[in-house]
Amino acid sequence: MSLTDDNIDALVDVMVDKLRLEIKNRPLPDPAMVGIHTGGVWIAERLHQRLGIKLPLGNLDISFYRDDFTRIGMNPQVRPSELPFPVDDRHIILVDDVLHTGRTARAAMNELFDYGRPASITLAVLVERSGRELPVYAGIVGRSIDLGTNEHVKLSGPDPLELQIQKTA
Amino acid sequence: MSLLSDIEAKHIAIRRGRIIDPANSVDVLTDLFIEKGRIASIGEPPESSWRAEQEIDASDKVVCPGLVDLCARLREPGDEHKANIHSETYAAAGGGITTLCCPPDTDPVIDTPAVAELIRHRARAAGYAHIVTLGALTRGLEGEHLSEMAALKSARCTGVSNANRPIKNTQVERRAMEYAATFGFTVFLNAQDPWLTNGGCAHEGAVATRMGLPSIPAAAETAAVARDLALIEQTGVSAHFCRLTTARSIQMVARAQYDGLPITADAAIPYLFLTENDLVDFDAQCHVMPPFRTTRDREALRAGVARGTLAAICSDHQPHEPDAKLAPFPNTEPGVSGLDTLLSLTLRLVEENLVTLPEAIERLTAGPASILGLDSFGTGNLSIGSAADIIVFDPSEPWQVSTDKMLSAGRNTPFSGWELRGRIKTTLLDGEVVFQRN
Amino acid sequence: MSKPNLQLDENGRLRHFLTIEGLNYQILTDILDAAESFSGITEQTVKKVPLLRGKTIVNLFFEASTRTRTTFELAAKRLSADVLNINVEASSTVKGESLLDTLRNLEAMHCDMFVVRHTSSGAAHFIASHVQPHISVINAGDGRHAHPTQAMLDMFTIRRTKGSDFGRLRVAIVGDIMHSRVARSQIHALNLLNTGEIRVIAPKTLIPDHARSLGIHVFHDLEKGIQDVDVIIMLRLQNERMQGALLPSEHEYFHLFGLTRERLEKAKPDVTVMHPGPINRGVEMESTVADGPHSVILEQVTHGIAVRMAVMSLCMRSQMGNQ
Repeated sequence: MSLTDDNIDALVDVMVDKLRLEIKNRPLPDPAMVGIHTGGVWIAERLHQRLGIKLPLGNLDISFYRDDFTRIGMNPQVRPSELPFPVDDRHIILVDDVLHTGRTARAAMNELFDYGRPASITLAVLVERSGRELPVYAGIVGRSIDLGTNEHVKLSGPDPLELQIQKTA
Repeated sequence: MSLLSDIEAKHIAIRRGRIIDPANSVDVLTDLFIEKGRIASIGEPPESSWRAEQEIDASDKVVCPGLVDLCARLREPGDEHKANIHSETYAAAGGGITTLCCPPDTDPVIDTPAVAELIRHRARAAGYAHIVTLGALTRGLEGEHLSEMAALKSARCTGVSNANRPIKNTQVERRAMEYAATFGFTVFLNAQDPWLTNGGCAHEGAVATRMGLPSIPAAAETAAVARDLALIEQTGVSAHFCRLTTARSIQMVARAQYDGLPITADAAIPYLFLTENDLVDFDAQCHVMPPFRTTRDREALRAGVARGTLAAICSDHQPHEPDAKLAPFPNTEPGVSGLDTLLSLTLRLVEENLVTLPEAIERLTAGPASILGLDSFGTGNLSIGSAADIIVFDPSEPWQVSTDKMLSAGRNTPFSGWELRGRIKTTLLDGEVVFQRN
Repeated sequence: MSKPNLQLDENGRLRHFLTIEGLNYQILTDILDAAESFSGITEQTVKKVPLLRGKTIVNLFFEASTRTRTTFELAAKRLSADVLNINVEASSTVKGESLLDTLRNLEAMHCDMFVVRHTSSGAAHFIASHVQPHISVINAGDGRHAHPTQAMLDMFTIRRTKGSDFGRLRVAIVGDIMHSRVARSQIHALNLLNTGEIRVIAPKTLIPDHARSLGIHVFHDLEKGIQDVDVIIMLRLQNERMQGALLPSEHEYFHLFGLTRERLEKAKPDVTVMHPGPINRGVEMESTVADGPHSVILEQVTHGIAVRMAVMSLCMRSQMGNQ
């Protein structure tokens, strides 16, 4: 199964609507948005633009915070994370492409907390799939999918964006 | 020299072996007969009524004089934590070596008859091999005062040497040589200039440069050889160059021999195989003094052995306790434990067509015996009436060098894992079996 | 008989970092790329990453060095590792414990990595061949043999100032090549990175006879040697050289080989001047050069931390990945 750029765009719009409501109802005054490399940044760029968020978009490379460093080792090409705003007391919308085990989100949160103490973190994901291993919850979801353990969903991009579901042997 | 007392008048026959005795130009497939610890006859028994009490079957084996090792350190007295006379003479017997020459750098140094006699006494007590000693050329090997060479002569030292301790003062070296000549002593020289050596531990060449090891130029040996040759010519002393390592030195020695100087020289077996390239990865087993040199030098040493410029091959046996080699390369002690592998490595030279089997045996028997002046006493040959120091070995039996199975107390060898040929089956000392392998 | 490379694990990944020799272009590039990411970290507000949290790194220094030790310590701490500093004066090992015993005692305290500096060439190799399988060894300088992290930070500096195409570069190393572990490692690294031309410049007493076998051009004249070079690396001249009859005086050395502003003009206009430090002002170079626009000496120090973070992460990773 695959979702093309058009479908993804539709999902992004779904997320935009939900986020608008969330920002208004919680409320989340003057929120900042942070995308997680690499897919989360592509999605965050679109969200950031459509929502008209004032603070510049931040991005995180969580390579140094992963919990599987022991097994897969270090990726030599790591971009520095960029958070062009103070994190203390900030409401942050953390954006990723896929929520699966929850480990990436945990790593991203750990990294955010090394920068300061946010007022709140709202997790927004394009696709949420089954297979959670940690108690992580996405407040904003584009679409939920049920997948088997040998199935994987991957976002490719940045232009055009395409979501692929692959089966491994 | 062998003791005749306490020996059973045993009649031993060694049958059907290939008897190789280079000193007497013998290479024949026949029998050898021993009586009262001496060689009674070769070919036919001494009398028709002669009966053997012990038969040794030497079919497909070589029978030759027990090997004579020009330089083996027994570590006793002084360094008994490394090895001792008992363990090393036993290892010698296992390696087919029946006479070992011990250099004077024991502790205390062999500059008094007492120490020389102590060593020979301990060897006799162990009963595995004969030990002859080199006396110190200078007192305490300090290179300043002459030793009491007359006393050392009467203690039956077979030569004098300053071991690896340099004599810095050329005048002292000259006088020592002249004094030695008075007693007909051959001076055994380790040519190495101490200042050029300068604490180095590897050959000054491409490998040491790459590895950043403090190094010793070839000139450290050649400068010393040149100086020693000049003094030998001046004094007329008979001299032997121990363990040369450079092509240039061999050339100088060959030239001097041609010019009639009374000099001989030897090579230590490891230097006929290994070079500076073997130091890769800082293998402390390859830390030796003098250092392994270039491939070209090794080839010159091999050619020298083939030609006979180097009339003897020795083990340069230096057993060590494991800690001596367990440290960064420059902090380890130099030396290879060589008794276990002397014969087999020499036989490798035969396999590699460098020398024939009789020539190889000559370098290990007649050659060193002559250098030590022991040949007239029957050492290193199978002359009728001489002491029955004989070995029987299988020249083709394969074996692998394994540190666990070495007989010497010192397991430090760079040849670990090598597959060699040549196994001692029987070693006889004064007509008694002191080592047997089945 | 070829032995497996002590530095690499069975997957060809870095396990120990002992010498540049025996490594390859890919591994060196990985180190430089990783250092680039860590460089980003150190320039940010958050200077620490949790990569090596829970790991213990031991600085085992048998040769005194505050500079190198503090950079390794900083690098380890920025990776959130715990650091143990052990300064073993040469005399205490002579009197007491053997090197192997010191090692065994430290292993018993469950350390994960040793950073070793020692006066004897081959010391790091010795330690690496005797540690437990899960421990990594990084060579912080052994005798005259190697100082690979210094060479890597120098390569990192060159890459940052001149770009990654080393093939178009002419690099000159000036000074005591004979006794320098830094020079040996730099030469190996420059060779592996396919540098266009490598030159060494010094009096004959300070260049080993077999230098050419290292793949370099030898010069005994500074001005000829630095003609049109892109990078000049100055080495430190040690006092012992005067004692060992290798040089008559610092004065004469500076007169012939000292880098002055005038001499620098022989090199390319955008030449980069480097020095591993500490500098002997007025011996290796004059202050105007050391503090001048071509000098990147202080950047080298900063880069040293990122490079060491990279090396530690890459080696540690290899260990943990194999468990």
